[in-house]
Amino acid sequence: MAFYRSHILVCTDQECVEKGAKEVERTLVKELKKFNLDNEIKVVDTGCLGPCEAGPLMVIYPEGVYYGNVQVEDVSEIVEEHLLKGRRVNRLLYEIGDDAEVIAPYQQEDVFPGEMRVVLRNCGIINPENIKEYIAQDGYQSLGKALTELTQEEVIEMVEESGLRGRGGAGFPTGLKWKFTNQADADEKYVVANADEGEPGTSKDRLIMEGDPHSLLEAMAIAGYAVGANTGYIYIRGEYQLAVNRLETAIEQAEELGLLGENIFDSGFDFKIKIREGAGAYVCGEETALLQSIEGERGEPQVKPPYPPSEGLWGKPTLINNVETLANIPVILEKGAKWYSEIGTESCTGTKVFTLSGDVENEGLIEVPMGTTLREIVEGFGGGIVNGREFKMAQTGGTSGGCIPKDLLDTPMDYDALAEVGTALGSGALLVMDDTHCIVDIAKCFMHFFEHESCGKCLPCREGNTRIYEILDRISKGEGVLEDLDKLQDLADVMSNTALCGLGQAAPTSIYSTLDHFKDEYLAHITAKVCATDTCQALVVDDEEEYERSETA
Amino acid sequence: MKSLEELNKLREEIRSKEAEAAESNVKITIAMGTCGIAAGARDVSDAILDELEARGLDDVTVTYTGCIGLCQQEPLVKVKAAEQPVVLYGNLNAESARKVVAQHIVNNQVVSEWSINNK
Amino acid sequence: MLEASIKEITENFESETTPLISVLHKVQAKLGYLSEEVLELVAKYLDLPLSKVYGVATFYTLLDTEEKGENIIRVCESAPCHVKGSTNVLTEVKERLGIDIGETTEDNKFSLELTSCLGVCGVAPAIMINDRVYGNLTANKLETVLKKY
Repeated sequence: MAFYRSHILVCTDQECVEKGAKEVERTLVKELKKFNLDNEIKVVDTGCLGPCEAGPLMVIYPEGVYYGNVQVEDVSEIVEEHLLKGRRVNRLLYEIGDDAEVIAPYQQEDVFPGEMRVVLRNCGIINPENIKEYIAQDGYQSLGKALTELTQEEVIEMVEESGLRGRGGAGFPTGLKWKFTNQADADEKYVVANADEGEPGTSKDRLIMEGDPHSLLEAMAIAGYAVGANTGYIYIRGEYQLAVNRLETAIEQAEELGLLGENIFDSGFDFKIKIREGAGAYVCGEETALLQSIEGERGEPQVKPPYPPSEGLWGKPTLINNVETLANIPVILEKGAKWYSEIGTESCTGTKVFTLSGDVENEGLIEVPMGTTLREIVEGFGGGIVNGREFKMAQTGGTSGGCIPKDLLDTPMDYDALAEVGTALGSGALLVMDDTHCIVDIAKCFMHFFEHESCGKCLPCREGNTRIYEILDRISKGEGVLEDLDKLQDLADVMSNTALCGLGQAAPTSIYSTLDHFKDEYLAHITAKVCATDTCQALVVDDEEEYERSETA
Repeated sequence: MKSLEELNKLREEIRSKEAEAAESNVKITIAMGTCGIAAGARDVSDAILDELEARGLDDVTVTYTGCIGLCQQEPLVKVKAAEQPVVLYGNLNAESARKVVAQHIVNNQVVSEWSINNK
Repeated sequence: MLEASIKEITENFESETTPLISVLHKVQAKLGYLSEEVLELVAKYLDLPLSKVYGVATFYTLLDTEEKGENIIRVCESAPCHVKGSTNVLTEVKERLGIDIGETTEDNKFSLELTSCLGVCGVAPAIMINDRVYGNLTANKLETVLKKY
């Protein structure tokens, strides 16, 4: 490559071009040639440099000197003075404000103060399509340790002692699940990774599988060893094509190095992993429905018991864990159960990945110790509400979770504290809404989702979701009556008490919490026929109508 | 893989190669999760590769990674050049990505306009 | 020809237990959609009752039993996108293509459907066209995106 001592960036954005930047650039090239500088100084076209009012504009590097309002006749002076003799042409200098800004080195931990990356340790750092980068970050060490140094019971004990609970939503102790599966007596067992991440507003599993697929594979192999399974299935939703491709690549690479396959680490343990794609059904996130889907059936939930650890896939004992739960495992084995159990709160150990979306300045994913408050996440990482608006509510745990109003912003985010305020940690979805949103409209959106996603097998869910949606729709059109609120409550009770699976039981959570915290807004729609945020179109009155109304009144 | 020792040996080999590469090369890491791609990371990647080729910069390593978690700032690109701090650029498009190549890599000047290190 | 390709696909899954959904995915990718004739052949080669194959094909939203346009646009209707204005995106798509949800344009180029969360809430509102996801949509951006097809 030719070496240039200086680069001149000439802005050739539309505005500068209109002011003659192209002519200036041509002259510049000519002048440089004249002084034989064209071998050591390079002229580069660049996009807008910012201060368009000072166009035509150019910057000379490495000094970072800006010249503004440069005309064709100024060019020779810049070349002769600045480039040949090293003297700046003061009359053309353009002071640029942010040159003085000090750039601190970017570090992963800096994403957000208070963030702690356990599950996402490699996301955004390693190349997910290269197993070597995972190995360089101590990848597959835990599997090696488990297979060569630990017994099955010792591995399970570590998981139990870590206090890890299922990150898919239910929060069941992971170690216990492993133990049950291990104790089940069968000739064949399975490990299934639940990667059917369908909960709206959640993308943590996608992030892990796209950014660090080997951590999932390693964890599944460890789980397989601990419970006595030789086959693992990743059940992944069909929409996650990129994750499917990366997992396929990862499996291939791990098999090539003998980290999956037969006799891994010369321990006599065999483990292979297969991918099964879902085909677009939210209900398949429910474990029994998921197993039905792998078995090639309609994804309809089954009556429990029997639970999968005793009778699961094809009737064999099956361990089903969420992707995020599994991604914790290699770290627990590496750093110890005690280290892990000291993170978070006493009953909810470790970290949790939250998917922050909605009306916050910064949307994205964040991993924090359990028990971090909602306020810390919304105001810290989220950077507060957009456009300086007011926080109205946050829905935790996805569409099947409840809504938290402003006065509960200091609630710690863990399984138990959130259950106490009538919502759930669930998948870690966190949807923040400002005061421009109408509670009835939002509740309608939630219920529309469940109406569509209900599998139709049991009556409370099939009918309940539809009826709730119809009532909400009526209210949003100004056709609601006061009894509707009682009906909503009744329907919610029936569903949460009698629906067959978690989908139907959790579907009305948002109805409970919005009736609880935002009843006034429902009442305003019903009695005064007013939608304060002007969201419900049927209730929005234009000025003329309003005038007429006030006249008749 | 037959033993932990074998794995450790492989790990050390990879690490020393990585360290060697880090010393001599400029490294550009482009976040290529679905969110990044949805926000235009492919265009950014194409622009960077094109710009590097046009300038004959063959000592620059371009690599890909998953989502960092800052989805709002996608497309994200991390640049590690000699004698410069690691800089994370956000909200790039094809045009600004070209400018990052020109200014940060060619001229060794951080483009503070799109750097999100301090934010 | 039709029969041969379905036979080939099912044979590739011979070592798998209960591969019905995987087979349907592959068949749809190859043939576009799952017509009755296709379902009958799948049933035949997997040795399953047609009722079961039909039941599964109609249960999942990503499996189509009706003919669709060349490109399927799926607009996310989940809460995070709703909060970020997905209703406007949907209206815009409808107007531009002149079709409603579940319909196909006259030139058979686009079909319009809704989808639940695509998991890219950080760049909401989002849509998926075939297997590509586009985020941070505005009316302008939508125009450039649609032009690619």
